[in-house]
Amino acid sequence: MNSGKKDKMEKVLLKNIDKPNSYNIETYMSSGGYKAIEKALKEYSPDQIIDIVKKSNLRGRGGAGFPTGVKWSFMPKKSDKPKYLICNADEGEPGTFKDRILLELDPHMLIEGMIISAFAIGARYSFIYIRGEFMLGGKRCETAIQEAKEKGFLGENILESGFNHEIYVHYGAGAYICGEETSLMNSLEGKRGYPRIRPPFPAAYGVFGNPTTVNNVETLANVPHIIEKGVDWYLSIGPEKNNGPKLLSVSGPVKKPGVYEVPMGIPLRKVIFDLCGGMLSGKILKAIIPGGSSTPMLTMDDLDVHMDFDSLAKAGSMLGSGGVIVIDDSFCIVRAVKILTDFYKHESCGQCTPCREGLGWLKRIMDRIENGEGREEDLDLLLDICKDIEGHTICPLADAAIPPIRSSIEKFRDEYLYHIREKECMI
Amino acid sequence: MEFEFSEKGKAEIERLIEIYPSKEAVIIPALHIGQNENGWVSNEVCMTISELLDIPAAKIEGVASFYTMFSRKPKGKYWLMVCKNISCSIMGSEHIINYLEQLLRIKVGETTKDQLFTLDVVECLGSCGTAPVMMINDKYYENLNEPKIEQIINELREKG
Repeated sequence: MNSGKKDKMEKVLLKNIDKPNSYNIETYMSSGGYKAIEKALKEYSPDQIIDIVKKSNLRGRGGAGFPTGVKWSFMPKKSDKPKYLICNADEGEPGTFKDRILLELDPHMLIEGMIISAFAIGARYSFIYIRGEFMLGGKRCETAIQEAKEKGFLGENILESGFNHEIYVHYGAGAYICGEETSLMNSLEGKRGYPRIRPPFPAAYGVFGNPTTVNNVETLANVPHIIEKGVDWYLSIGPEKNNGPKLLSVSGPVKKPGVYEVPMGIPLRKVIFDLCGGMLSGKILKAIIPGGSSTPMLTMDDLDVHMDFDSLAKAGSMLGSGGVIVIDDSFCIVRAVKILTDFYKHESCGQCTPCREGLGWLKRIMDRIENGEGREEDLDLLLDICKDIEGHTICPLADAAIPPIRSSIEKFRDEYLYHIREKECMI
Repeated sequence: MEFEFSEKGKAEIERLIEIYPSKEAVIIPALHIGQNENGWVSNEVCMTISELLDIPAAKIEGVASFYTMFSRKPKGKYWLMVCKNISCSIMGSEHIINYLEQLLRIKVGETTKDQLFTLDVVECLGSCGTAPVMMINDKYYENLNEPKIEQIINELREKG
């Protein structure tokens, strides 16, 4: 178990955001920014950086939690084609708004992380694929790239290391599916955002047919700190194999919703009742979706769970993107799940039959239960359809629609039954 | 109605053609520019992009129709997009949508007669900590409530 002391830490990723003009290069450099790039390019070889990141146990912050250093090592060492790094800034998982903070308030931390990561995998070009709605974040990144170029951190022969690199900002246009990395690459190529069948994997055949690595904004923002302060420092934060700081986005009827930087492994109770100041007056906590809309719901009984990849998996849920959605007892669970099912149905790209048709079917059943026209056998039917969808599609979008349905039927069956029997909401 | 890019728009598209390894990759940036200049993605916008990039118009249309930010219908000067996803719903977005319908005297999906406002509901805007949230054109409006909405609408009406 974590001691109280381990739940506190000095800010790492959010250390600059409260400063005036936090997005300017001067602000970033005055707090030690762009020192890590110097260390990385002058003291280490690309392989050494990959090794450092592997040893740090940095795991992808986009949702899957895959070890970043391992992902990088899939990139071919020698390639006739230019290699690409893509920063996935298509933040769209309902309940998640942490990357937006970094993009708008500390774009240089991301850019420094991208340059070091690109050096490690030998990428000649990078793209920041940002969701089209994040216009402010996109513009801040464009300005930051220009500033970094003027200081010689981007362009030809960076810091006389012989390494050349350019970063471009590319705006999406409103499609949740483009947060999935192969869909993102198709979108970047100017196509409809259809996910691709793997293999070939992006490291072999990625964007424009070139070797590509896709990393999340928060993941990349961790990299300069690992290089600067070292592996031992990073391993001192969080439980084993779940190291480092984590940004949690907390939404719903709590006193202080927002983005919080915590050490991995902090208890959920502490997040809601300490950091966020507890529930708004008159609101009683009923359910928590701990890691973005696609993660299984938790209840009051789960408040002592630790917020890290492995602890949440053990508790039957997921850390996902760290989007903590708090639901109070005045909000109907059936309605919550109906909203999420509508969302996944709407965002299905339509390529795979189990997703296109299956999610439509789930939606129609959820609609009729919500409207008081449900039947008791609908609950088993929902679960049956989930089983038939799961694992039968190209990408994980359809799989992501399932956990809210399954976990809510398991934990809040009474609310479904009340809707079906009484033809109205319990609340 | 004919559509031509402005000189600035055309120059930007030409700059992008130099950056990307394929002309196809310029389709989405060009659609953004086209929508900004024309107000919506009309068939003529697709045709003009098709000529500039030398890519069949059907392909441009196919891309445009996939992405929700590209409007294939004319919009009011101010396009209101209210989030209806989970965090916003918990914090009362349904009420916000009803209030806007009442205030603008239109239903979701419609445009006011004076062509000033279009009201739409959208999926998560990534601003859940300041729910309920809406976007008007490319700007976020957060922590919405009735007085705040009234003020925003009045200001936009005055601006015209």
